Amino acid sequence: MAKAGQKKTRLIIRTIVLLLLVSAVVYTIASKDKVKVLAVGDKAPDFELVDLEGNKHRLSDYKGEGVFLNFWGTWCGPCKKEMPYMENQHKAFEEKGVKILAVNIAESNLKVETFRDQYGLTFPIVIDKDKSVKEAYNIVPLPTTFLINKDGRIEKIITREMSEKEIISLMESIQP
Amino acid sequence: MSKIKCQCGHDNPFGTVLCERCGRPQTEEAKESKLVDMRYEGAARRSQTYKRSIIDKIWNFFSSVKIGISIIVAVLATAAIGTIFPQKLYVAASTEAEYAAYYERLYGLAGTIYYKLGFHDMYNSWWFITLVGMLGTSIIIASVDRVIPLYKSLKKQRTKRHPSFMKKQRIYGEGLSEDPEAALIKAEEKLKELRYNVKIEDGAILAEKNRFSRWGPYVNHLGLIIFLFGILLRGIPGFYVDETMWIREGETRSIPGAEGYYLESKEFIMENYTKEEADEVFGDALERVGMIAKNYQTDVALFQTPEGGLPGSDQMDFVKDYSIIVNKPLKFDGFNVFQMDFRLDELKSMTFQLTEKATESSLGEFTVDLTNPGREYELDNGARVILSDYYPDYDGVKDGEPVSKSPIPNNPAFIFKMVTPAKPEGEMSFVAIKQTLETEVNDYKVKFISAETRDISGLTVRKDKTLYLLLLGGIIFMIGVSQGAYWNHRRIWIQKGSNGELLIAGHTNKNWFSLKKELDQVKDVANLPSYEDRQDKESILQDKEVDKV
Repeated sequence: MAKAGQKKTRLIIRTIVLLLLVSAVVYTIASKDKVKVLAVGDKAPDFELVDLEGNKHRLSDYKGEGVFLNFWGTWCGPCKKEMPYMENQHKAFEEKGVKILAVNIAESNLKVETFRDQYGLTFPIVIDKDKSVKEAYNIVPLPTTFLINKDGRIEKIITREMSEKEIISLMESIQP
Repeated sequence: MSKIKCQCGHDNPFGTVLCERCGRPQTEEAKESKLVDMRYEGAARRSQTYKRSIIDKIWNFFSSVKIGISIIVAVLATAAIGTIFPQKLYVAASTEAEYAAYYERLYGLAGTIYYKLGFHDMYNSWWFITLVGMLGTSIIIASVDRVIPLYKSLKKQRTKRHPSFMKKQRIYGEGLSEDPEAALIKAEEKLKELRYNVKIEDGAILAEKNRFSRWGPYVNHLGLIIFLFGILLRGIPGFYVDETMWIREGETRSIPGAEGYYLESKEFIMENYTKEEADEVFGDALERVGMIAKNYQTDVALFQTPEGGLPGSDQMDFVKDYSIIVNKPLKFDGFNVFQMDFRLDELKSMTFQLTEKATESSLGEFTVDLTNPGREYELDNGARVILSDYYPDYDGVKDGEPVSKSPIPNNPAFIFKMVTPAKPEGEMSFVAIKQTLETEVNDYKVKFISAETRDISGLTVRKDKTLYLLLLGGIIFMIGVSQGAYWNHRRIWIQKGSNGELLIAGHTNKNWFSLKKELDQVKDVANLPSYEDRQDKESILQDKEVDKV
């Protein structure tokens, strides 16, 4: 009897040790991207940025609505291409509870203003002057778009240019 | 598993080579060999004991020294291959496609294979981490499997061993003694003088010293495991940050990796040694190379958002001013910000003059801030210039539109609207470096006068909470190394045989010469029989020659 008990203890100890070691390796592989990356399902970090008119925009102000959060730059070609589509859909979805918020990364007011007027954009455009929101959202390529649902959670992250069709279906997906 | 019953009546676990109690050889191999293998005291390694479930099989796999060495060789080989082409970190590219193209362009097929197999980012590849994990597993399991039986058998070793155990030791001698009792007493005295721990039992002596040196390798392995554990912790958020940031003079930027902290760069300073002050030390070198840097420095102000503050909000509390100098990092909240790099003279602002072409007369000057340009510039006599658009990094015209390829003012271009009393409607002019385009011939032009530049500091943001753990691992590792390297575990057995003769045997894990020297001293004092070292051919030969004489 004592022997069987010993055998069982041995099996348990060995299993635990091996499991610990395996999980250590798996964890290391999983966390190899050392920066904390936002993922689908995470809560979108709140921020407060100022638009061209000096109005403050907080992400949390949009609670209860879907937010199409687009990071862009005036110098980025693909951003320019999708802007007119976004403008069209902004008009179509505004009443349906999906808002567009465009975050420019640290460019000058003049540049952003000129761009807005050139493309006749009517959705709010804020400028991330010190790149802290870029940092918080870990933005690498431009354009990057976060689709945030009415509960403030990230539904989808798009890191490339979108077609108008895509924009429509994405905005529908976060309609409250 | 069946137990092995020794002649002395002791039950030994399966896999035992030498009886735990009396030292009699238990395997056929040990019985036949002339010398006995003293590794792990002939105790059964645990891996040899149980081979039943799949868990035991995995355990035994990692317990094998052969497997352990194979893993080390694999780690070394892959690490070596990883140095053939540069790692991803040192390649100027940002997307996977760019990386692939880079390796293919520079190294051809070999580069493509290198990239495909993940050698370009080896330290983060799943297979390299798995290999290191296997190495850690092997170190832990192989050590545990050996240190426990070794500890147990050394702890319960008997003073009196069976003559067959003595006879199979590398150092062995036997001979008649006139007064064995007296010899044992004298030997005991001398051994104590030589700082041996002496145990006596029934006409047998066991003298032992520096047993702790046997734990050296295991202490060493413990250090390695702590080290690996420290590396593992680096993956956990909050333990390790290693980021780079570029900041221009006058800019305020959020510090990557340090949420809620902001840095403002006030000035970047680079100083060189002057001829006068350098004479004594660097005089010759200065002549030769022309310029030697004395100081790289970034003067900064640190800010922090108040509790509950949001990214992007302009609410910031001033923390402190600091001058970051090489090796004198800015320190806050566990972070260190180091001066690492710099770029001099990026365009900051440009000053222009509005001129009437015909007379070359000036209507006034104005300065455009290239980071945050203003829209309108009022000049003398009711003239003004409106900046319609601005391209910081002008890259030609695409689809009928001027294009900027980045937001950095590397090659600024402007569209100016010049409003003058003579031309109140305004004239349009496109101005780039060494280039002016006009839609129709203008009466006025914007002339470049001068430019101001600013410097950019390259800073590294680092936080490493694992450092002390790594240090501890390193220290324990070195303690283990010295423990095993500078001390030797020596044992000397002396006992009376059945016919009034004396048997002596000796064993050490290394440095047999010193053991023999000490044994010689004991032998001289106590009149012990002579012995031979049965692995040292020279000593045997010498003995034989002595015999002939």
